[in-house]
Amino acid sequence: MLNESQCRKIIDAAIAHALSFSTKKKPIEAEVSISGSNLATSRFANNEMTQNQAPDYNVVAVRLIRDGRQARLETLDLSERGIERLVESAFEAVRLLEADKDILPLASIKELETNQKDKKKENQQEKAKNLGKEKNKEKEKNKAGDKSSDVAKQRFDSATAELTALDRAKEVGKIIKQAEEQNVSSAGVYCSGEYYTSIGNSNGLFNFHRESAAACSITITADGATSWVLEHAPKAKEVKAEVLAERAISKAKQARKPEDLPPGKYLAILEPAAVIDLLTYLWWDFSATSHIDKLSCLLDKVGEKVFGDNITVTDDVTNIHQCGSPFDGEGVQRQVVTLVENGVIKNLVHSRLSAKKMQTKTTGHSMAQPSAMGEMPLNIVIEGGISSIEDMMKQVQGDQEAVLLTRVWYVREVDPATKLLTGMTRDGTFLVKNGAIVKPVKNLRFNVSLLELLNNVIALGPSVRAAGAEGIEVPAVVPAMMVKDFNFTEGTRF
Amino acid sequence: MFDLLELALEAAKQFGATYCDARLIEQESELIQTKNLAVALFNRADNIGMGIRVIADGGWGFASTQKLSKKAIIECARRAVEVAKASGTVMKNPVLLAAEPAWNATWISPHLIDPFTVSIDDKLEVLMAAAKTMLSVKGVTLAQGMLQFIRDDKFFANSEGSRVRQTSIRTGCMIEANASNNEDRQRRSYPCAFGQYELAGYEMVQKWDLPGHAEEIANEAVALLTAPLCPQGQVDTIIGSSQLGLQIHESMGHPSELDRALGQEINFAGASFLTPDQRGQLRYGSEIVNLVADATAPGALGSFGFDDEGVAAQCTYLVRSGMFEGYLSSRDTAHLIGLERSGGAMRAESWNFAPIIRMTNISLLPGNSGTLDDLISDTGTGLYMETNKSWSIDSMRYNFQFSTEIAWEIKNGKRGRILKNPSYSGITPVFWNTCDAICQSSEATNWGTPNCGKGQPMQTMWTGHGASPARFRKLTVGIAQS
Repeated sequence: MLNESQCRKIIDAAIAHALSFSTKKKPIEAEVSISGSNLATSRFANNEMTQNQAPDYNVVAVRLIRDGRQARLETLDLSERGIERLVESAFEAVRLLEADKDILPLASIKELETNQKDKKKENQQEKAKNLGKEKNKEKEKNKAGDKSSDVAKQRFDSATAELTALDRAKEVGKIIKQAEEQNVSSAGVYCSGEYYTSIGNSNGLFNFHRESAAACSITITADGATSWVLEHAPKAKEVKAEVLAERAISKAKQARKPEDLPPGKYLAILEPAAVIDLLTYLWWDFSATSHIDKLSCLLDKVGEKVFGDNITVTDDVTNIHQCGSPFDGEGVQRQVVTLVENGVIKNLVHSRLSAKKMQTKTTGHSMAQPSAMGEMPLNIVIEGGISSIEDMMKQVQGDQEAVLLTRVWYVREVDPATKLLTGMTRDGTFLVKNGAIVKPVKNLRFNVSLLELLNNVIALGPSVRAAGAEGIEVPAVVPAMMVKDFNFTEGTRF
Repeated sequence: MFDLLELALEAAKQFGATYCDARLIEQESELIQTKNLAVALFNRADNIGMGIRVIADGGWGFASTQKLSKKAIIECARRAVEVAKASGTVMKNPVLLAAEPAWNATWISPHLIDPFTVSIDDKLEVLMAAAKTMLSVKGVTLAQGMLQFIRDDKFFANSEGSRVRQTSIRTGCMIEANASNNEDRQRRSYPCAFGQYELAGYEMVQKWDLPGHAEEIANEAVALLTAPLCPQGQVDTIIGSSQLGLQIHESMGHPSELDRALGQEINFAGASFLTPDQRGQLRYGSEIVNLVADATAPGALGSFGFDDEGVAAQCTYLVRSGMFEGYLSSRDTAHLIGLERSGGAMRAESWNFAPIIRMTNISLLPGNSGTLDDLISDTGTGLYMETNKSWSIDSMRYNFQFSTEIAWEIKNGKRGRILKNPSYSGITPVFWNTCDAICQSSEATNWGTPNCGKGQPMQTMWTGHGASPARFRKLTVGIAQS
């Protein structure tokens, strides 16, 4: 893994070489980014190790802008000559492309400082407007924004980064031992390591961020029924394999002998992993580019109340449970952005390009540029409530029935206009009656519109760091949710 | 390059490996995306590195390096053996490999025009011509295009004496017309959703003629905004070739992966209803359903000379005359179901990943029901659905739901009006048993899927799916909108 000074050296060398091609008539701007990872993954199934990988990579990308044209090239060759060749190839490529009036000059420190000042001013004006309303919340948000770099830096733990294959095998061994003692079968993954990202440009901007990560997910199979758990944290000591295994074994035993449940609209209790895998389909609709391209389901809805009063969502890289880099693909510091407040669509996220097109300021959410997607809120925090899963189950009384979902699987968008999603339940689906689980049920297919679902939330749990089934590297801070009229359309055979 | 691989093999042996293979891959790629009349992305990348996979103390270990110095390769081999020995501490039984001959071979994928020799101007001209045509259709709100080219030069060696070099070129292309209004978002893509990819050179871009199809998809996208909704019910349905390709991928390809069937992927990708005890016993489909895994199909995206553990490409039946017959397998899973040889399906996304069982080209053999027009005529009343829009299937691969970009009503044996938001669902073996007609080979295309995800960490793989349009009786349609 490269450290900050190694990244700076490579970036400076690449920029210097690029600028050697610059002329007064046709000046060159250069942006260089480097990223790498050594996240190692130990996989097990049927109570033994099946695959064990320790990869390692560093990749350098150069974006050159010249004469209204831009090109991005990448290489894994970090040698001095390799970097020079990359720059020279980018120079050749940029000459061959057509000019595009939308291409912006690279971010400058001055521009970003002005942007930060304007943002603070906006926050203060906003604060003054809401004086007395959400005083404490705004104060906390502004404080967090100032300290974004500090918070992000706390996400590196050398002990986690230095875990060995044998350390991981020992954790896996603990899970297997528990599974064998309980006569069940375990499968899963334990991964650990570090990753980093760095960016610099010819306007003097430079950023570096590194982070450690540990994650453990377990599937337990008991008499054909399955359960699943996942924990993800920047520090391995927060990932407790034995506790996770115990929880998974208990749930798998509870899930044995599932029965058919007729399709229909039910109350549903969604564990946080299910919430994240459903709502992840909504986040790009807050990207300004999705509005410019007329693809978002929230077109012309900024400022309107679209969801229930109890839905408030921010994108907040500084949240203590979040992870990831505090700067975006252009090197701009990520702002804390309120996306939804009490059901009202408040803001979109911007790159510098979308901000220019919509006559506003970037929020620091650009993908690596150039990008057809534009921007993405990557650090979602949904405001939680106080109901535990048990509290939610207690609300199910009388003739009511609810379905408790451990997680959802293979969620896909059916209709982008209504945000209609389909998917399956998986690894522990239960029928709840009279305040408690009464039986496990076979998995169900659902077809649910997110625009409706977020108007149907009747209870929220505390927000926790959670990761979904399809992206353990990108957790979000989300609560469990109890929702009405969750539309199950078909069943399956297990 | 083979001297570097020899160094890795020797070092791994010295550190205690009882088996070792090493892959060195040099890759160059180019991706061009356009949005309306602008270049949204122009990216070129080169990429070289080595992955070393070993068995030591009965367990697997894998490590990789992008540094190809002698010191770095020896260190990488040391790490791979260290990881394998750690695996060995939690193994019930040592890894066993099915026998495979030691190959000494060179393989090059078929191509006529090296895409890296074609000028950027020529490539952009294709995308811009298509974009101009799409944007000339009133109501189109976004026109997008994509070209992608990837060249892999792969060197493989193992401690059993195999030395294989393979060079392949993958080419992909697509255009997409979007039409939006306040209530609706519709799209049409060509040649298929995600783009068509083949193991071919630039000639495939010329063959698919993107500008020549731009007006048609633009008109369809706009027409979909005001089209009636696809109905709900049990309807005789013809599934078009590219949609059927994805249906095969999800409902035959994945469940026939032996690692899934053995529970090795249950934590993420899931398991399979095609358990080993069903082999030769389960009626998977009707008599006319024949599905093969064919890694030898010329020009198809999932073809190769040798897989990533040095097993020669093969063509095997997965389903013959409707009966479930075979699996996609590897050297370390073959013996678990009594096979003497791997089916040759181990593939890795790059040098940086250990290979896992992946699809090759999983194809439905053509039938004798004539052309698509013949089949529409024979159907009388029903639906014809084409081009995937969404896809979802449960973790055992039983219940699926697909939606397509477009459907046409079939009335009086003719293709009628356009219908929007079509979808269909079913249970895999029930669905394939309702297949009563498959079009002839002239209607078949081998569709390349460039984005198949599996494994932890997730690996993306390129697979192929040969299919011609086929009819399914009383298919459940429209339940998504219920």
